[in-house]
Amino acid sequence: MAKMRLVVIGNGMAGIRTLEELCKLAPDLYDITVFGAEPYPNYNRILLSPVLAGEQTVDEIILNPLQWYQEHHITLHLGVAVTRIDRVRRVVIAENGLQTPYDRLLIATGSTPFILPIPGHTLPGVISYRDIRDTEQMIDAAKRYTHAVVIGGGLLGLEAANGLKLRGMQVTVVHLAGWLLERQLDPVAAGLLQQSLESRGLHFRLSCQTRALLPNERQDRVAQVLLDDDTSLDAELVVMAAGIRPNTALAESAGLACQRGILVSDTLQSYDPRIYAVGECANHRGVAYGLVAPLFEQAKVCANHLARMGIGRYTGSVTSTKLKVTGIDLFSAGSFMGGEGTDEITLSDPSGGVYKKLVIKDDQLVGACLYGDTADGTWYFKLLREGRSVGALRDTLMFGESNVGDVGHEGHDKAMRMADSDEVCGCNGISKGQIVQAITEQGLFTLEEVRKCTKASGSCGSCTGLVEQILMNTLGSDYSETPAKKALCGCTDHTHEEVRQMIRKHHLLSQHDVRQFMEWRTPNGCASCRPALNYYLTSTWPHEAKDDPQSRLINERAHANIQKNGTYSVVPRMWGGITNPAELRRIADVAEKFHVPTLKITGGQRIDLLGINKQDLPAVWKALDMPSGHAYGKSLRTVKTCVGSEHCRFGTQSSMRMGVALEQLLFGMYSPHKVKLAVSGCPRNCAEAGIKDVGVIGVDSGWEIYVAGNGGIKTEVAQFLCKVKTDQEVKEYTGAFLQLYREEGWYLERTVHYVDRVGVEHVRARVVADEAGRAALFQRLLYALKDAPDPWKDETAVVDWRQFESVPLEPRPLEEQS
Amino acid sequence: MTWIPSTDWIHVLNLEDVPVLGARVVEGAAIGLVAVFRTEDDQVFALRDHCPHRGGPLSQGLVFGHRVSCPLHGWQIDLESGKAQAPDVGCAQKLSLRREGNQIFLYKPQLDGNPP
Repeated sequence: MAKMRLVVIGNGMAGIRTLEELCKLAPDLYDITVFGAEPYPNYNRILLSPVLAGEQTVDEIILNPLQWYQEHHITLHLGVAVTRIDRVRRVVIAENGLQTPYDRLLIATGSTPFILPIPGHTLPGVISYRDIRDTEQMIDAAKRYTHAVVIGGGLLGLEAANGLKLRGMQVTVVHLAGWLLERQLDPVAAGLLQQSLESRGLHFRLSCQTRALLPNERQDRVAQVLLDDDTSLDAELVVMAAGIRPNTALAESAGLACQRGILVSDTLQSYDPRIYAVGECANHRGVAYGLVAPLFEQAKVCANHLARMGIGRYTGSVTSTKLKVTGIDLFSAGSFMGGEGTDEITLSDPSGGVYKKLVIKDDQLVGACLYGDTADGTWYFKLLREGRSVGALRDTLMFGESNVGDVGHEGHDKAMRMADSDEVCGCNGISKGQIVQAITEQGLFTLEEVRKCTKASGSCGSCTGLVEQILMNTLGSDYSETPAKKALCGCTDHTHEEVRQMIRKHHLLSQHDVRQFMEWRTPNGCASCRPALNYYLTSTWPHEAKDDPQSRLINERAHANIQKNGTYSVVPRMWGGITNPAELRRIADVAEKFHVPTLKITGGQRIDLLGINKQDLPAVWKALDMPSGHAYGKSLRTVKTCVGSEHCRFGTQSSMRMGVALEQLLFGMYSPHKVKLAVSGCPRNCAEAGIKDVGVIGVDSGWEIYVAGNGGIKTEVAQFLCKVKTDQEVKEYTGAFLQLYREEGWYLERTVHYVDRVGVEHVRARVVADEAGRAALFQRLLYALKDAPDPWKDETAVVDWRQFESVPLEPRPLEEQS
Repeated sequence: MTWIPSTDWIHVLNLEDVPVLGARVVEGAAIGLVAVFRTEDDQVFALRDHCPHRGGPLSQGLVFGHRVSCPLHGWQIDLESGKAQAPDVGCAQKLSLRREGNQIFLYKPQLDGNPP
């Protein structure tokens, strides 16, 4: 069967990104032909400003060299514009007469600069700022002439002005509005920006209109710019940066519905369903985006449809702004101008060159405008896109994420201030310079791409915020933020949430069913999704879905913790951290008999036997004759206790009794991530309950329960949940909270991140306010934990015992041969 | 044509001894431990049980497709070639393996450290 034919008009970032996504999904579905009007392969248009400023070269910003097209068997017509689309015969006709038939057509013609129709606009020396040719003309002009005028004080105009200044020209920016970047900044921030640019030698004429461009005496080049106040400026180069228009001429002539862009649906299809449009030429729900981040989201959805998967929908993007002028730091997003019904929080330090404004509406952050210190821009942008309630953060919101919790290492929380050699990712030893290099040389746009390419932030993830800042600082506005909807892993486009819902809704009981039902791209998943699916299945359908040991990572499969040399550590359970002489004797005997090299007390009040060979594990467990400590699992780890009222002269409650009861209640509980509890017998809190997933603190009149604390990667103080009177209530509230987390948390999401995501109000509503709901949650937990087997002892536990026997290198015994 | 095992090929395991999407460890070769993997499509592969990164026991990793993810730091090793997947660079030693029916054979000279 002949392949379908896909023709792409436009060889820019949107069109080619769509092809890249398509080649990943369905590499052999189409014969692909690409038409590009420019004589270059796909390059990174957003890095033209660094090229103009002399910080990069044209070669460095090529994204897809010609070889890429060859490798993917894509026919490329460079420097050939398409002049007509014949929708009846389904053929595109190029300027050189070439006729190319299509089954699917993708229009990605981008935008054209808006040229003010004033007298003299066609003179030599008057150019726009859009492509490599414009950039080269500017570089050339800067060598030969002295005066430049940039018309338009928007992002592009200012970047052009800065670049020309750096190349030695005297530059004046003429701007119609009363302040610079009026679509991105409020007047105060714009004033600071203007001061800073003026100190670099740029000149500005604001609230000023251009009346005409006047030629020189020989009438062969522009020489002056005449303004509406009858003053004039010398200019041998005029750059028009007064805006862009979607390039829809071709689509309109083909009869496609256009209105400031080709009108497209949520699947990026135009009114002719065979014809798709992505990028700056498309109008989606009334918006034609001029930044690159939305294009990539569109490309993903469009490719998904072209590949006939049909599960993606594009629902629009929230964009943010950053100026790519080295040394100037500004950021804005959302409705930063404020207005009726909004509150503004501002911080202004004009002589320090810092200004921050946050706009809040109905307890949500709806806009942000930062100048001078934009380190928290990514964080604000995230809050804004997620539409999270910031009520609880309001007091400290202005002081940024570093004030709310830890980010980064060595106390680094501001990527801008880091030297290239400073380490960003402490797990993988990746420096800032390495990340920046990867972003610019390999054309990376998203956090995921940086992770894949450099490994930075790919292990513990605590430097994610820093890496996002570096991305944003390197790419400016075109930083493609991590999508709000994040796929579970590379095997699927579905999110954790969607997978959970489907498992519940359709009563799916096996991984195979999930992968088939949700159209996984891989036959048996990967190391990321298999453990997640196994957890979702067994937690959603306890006693029904079967646990799959081969989908558990090694620690949960071997019921011990693997160490760097391949030996294991064994942590027997000591309820509430309490032990006795008989247990201690057995531990000592085991340590001697099996030559355990290290015995250590853990942070959770247990004894760790380190350095045990895998083959010895079953014998060690048997000799210890103690329950599994689950120190290896995404599960209940420990309940740490203080001595409490039984011995302590300050104790108000029996924390040991409470701790033992909680630990026995929760034995064998698997969860999205590990769970650690603590019970203190008085507010002195010697069990450190304030940094536990659930912390219980005894007071004279009962118990206070705290949730979602964390002492690990992100040190976070637990939040107060409620106060209760009896031990039974402690069990029920704790159990209900943990069951809620088990049902709603995403795999590998600690309680701190889970509560951060859903909000503590949600948890209080479900666990504290809703009495019937709490009881139901608790019952579901009890049901799931009923007969929870001890993997070290019980035959009902799912353990593949073959793993503990190694095979000798000799012929297999005959009597066993089949 | 029937393949007749020589003394160089040792019948160490049968297919059913290896868990699907899992591995077994063969002990006693001069070159060290050997991991024998079984994929979902019942193909079997042998690698030296030593990740090129920090020497992690690949046999303890999670097997998916025709790959294994190292249990220590998650490097992904291709079972057919032993090569680490990008961005990581390195190679686990690929070992000769023969499957006849249910029977899995390893090549002794290679395990002794001699080239095949």
